[in-house]
Amino acid sequence: MIFESLVFYLFSTILLVCGVMVITMRNPVHSVLFLVVGFFQAAGLFILMGAEFLALILVIVYVGAVSVLFLFVVMMLDVDFATLRRGFFAYLPAGMLVGAVLLTELVVIAGSWVVLPEASGNVALAIPPASEMTNTEALGRVLYTEYVYLFQASGVVLLIAMIGAIVLTLRTRDGVRRQSVPEQFARDPKEVVEVRKVPARGGLS
Amino acid sequence: MAEFWTGVALPLVLIVAHILAIVVPLLGAVAYLTYAERKVMGAMQLRQGPMLVGPFGLLQPVADGLKLLGKETIIPAGANRVVFILAPILTFFLSLVAWAVIPVNAGWALADINVGVLYLFAISSLGVYGIIMAGWASNSRYAFLGAMRSAAQMVSYEVSLGLVIITVLLCVGSLNLTDVVMAQQSVWFILPHLPMFVIFFTSALAETSRTPFDLPEGESELVGGYFTEYSGMTFALFMLGEYANIILMSAFTVILFLGGWLPPFDVAPFTWIPGPIWFALKLALMLFCFIWMRATLPRFRYDQLMRLGWKVFLPASLLWVVLTAGVLVTFGWLPE
Repeated sequence: MIFESLVFYLFSTILLVCGVMVITMRNPVHSVLFLVVGFFQAAGLFILMGAEFLALILVIVYVGAVSVLFLFVVMMLDVDFATLRRGFFAYLPAGMLVGAVLLTELVVIAGSWVVLPEASGNVALAIPPASEMTNTEALGRVLYTEYVYLFQASGVVLLIAMIGAIVLTLRTRDGVRRQSVPEQFARDPKEVVEVRKVPARGGLS
Repeated sequence: MAEFWTGVALPLVLIVAHILAIVVPLLGAVAYLTYAERKVMGAMQLRQGPMLVGPFGLLQPVADGLKLLGKETIIPAGANRVVFILAPILTFFLSLVAWAVIPVNAGWALADINVGVLYLFAISSLGVYGIIMAGWASNSRYAFLGAMRSAAQMVSYEVSLGLVIITVLLCVGSLNLTDVVMAQQSVWFILPHLPMFVIFFTSALAETSRTPFDLPEGESELVGGYFTEYSGMTFALFMLGEYANIILMSAFTVILFLGGWLPPFDVAPFTWIPGPIWFALKLALMLFCFIWMRATLPRFRYDQLMRLGWKVFLPASLLWVVLTAGVLVTFGWLPE
């Protein structure tokens, strides 16, 4: 038990430090790298809670794909953070407001557990204990039965986002020579290649 | 005190011994994979390959390793030092940690975890970080272009890789690698899923940046790609990581499609040979295919590579997922 809480505090400390580093680092690439380390700590916390499926999905999706794209963008764009910082005080009130709202919500939830200990029992445990079923299976059972419509809807939302991105970036230019693989395969050597005998000093007409 | 020895120290020693029992043979295999590659390619090109160091050139990997150890590690002036050093270490580290879940025989994995397949997939999707970091930290155009190509390539081929894994998992009903192998007792998955095997193998070639998908290090256009600026030990770490990854992807293929440690037929002469030997034989076959591809095929062009990944492999593997699921449900063959 002591070991577990030690590990928990280790992961959460590193997670918080990484979070601070993400927003304080001068170099945006370093920020993204710290974000990646932060994701790992979060995955570690998931594993501590016995949610190994979520932990690995977090690593695959957020670290393996999303952050890679972040890195791509940050490396390719010449982001000048000095100009971005100039607006710091202008955006401060809005940022503070969002932060305050989130903090209040957290305090309300945590406070309700303290004031009413039985309130935590209101949260329906959708997932059976790990001894009965692996959490991959448990998650699948809930996701594809009770929440199947929401699941489908989120898929549609993502599809629309994808189509939107393609529509925004697709440019058709004239005069671009593209390779058409079926066309290439369909060509017959007999029609396109001609073997001719060249007479000496004669040349071809 | 006695409790400390039996409760903490002994398991610790055992697990370190277990890790060494995985890593040391792996590094040996990496060293001799480079030798095998040069020998096989030599034979295919009517050359002899390494011949001079030791009998049949068998000590060549040792000589290469010593040479790299003795060289100076140069850090370019404009490089980002920390990230520059971290990148090869990360690549090498990732190629080793993935081996924790590979079962060479029934129950021989270091960690027989429930989500072994996902773990392997996660680790292999992290490999791109070592490359991007190397390319960016080198502060060199060639390295950066190589890293960008590599990142795009790996992210693209991971999609079809994931879908192929899903088809296999549909037939297994578990994410545990030992279960994946045990589900192939009646028939190896290469037979019902032959097209997926081809896609998986090709994607594995792309994931490990091997010919015909070795654009990230296309010598004729990008010098050395993302490790242009690396030398000495840092370069050696990249090379070791790359070859360890090749062995890892081969092992993954063997587990998913070739029945892991199971003999091809469950009858007398085949069952006499122990599981790890079968595993090693299949692994060697896959590695030979990797080398064979390198000696045979020319390099893809970049747009062809993207076309193959997104327009051919992705729809094909998605179709196969739907088909497999449909067949399993229709005939009631879904695993418990």
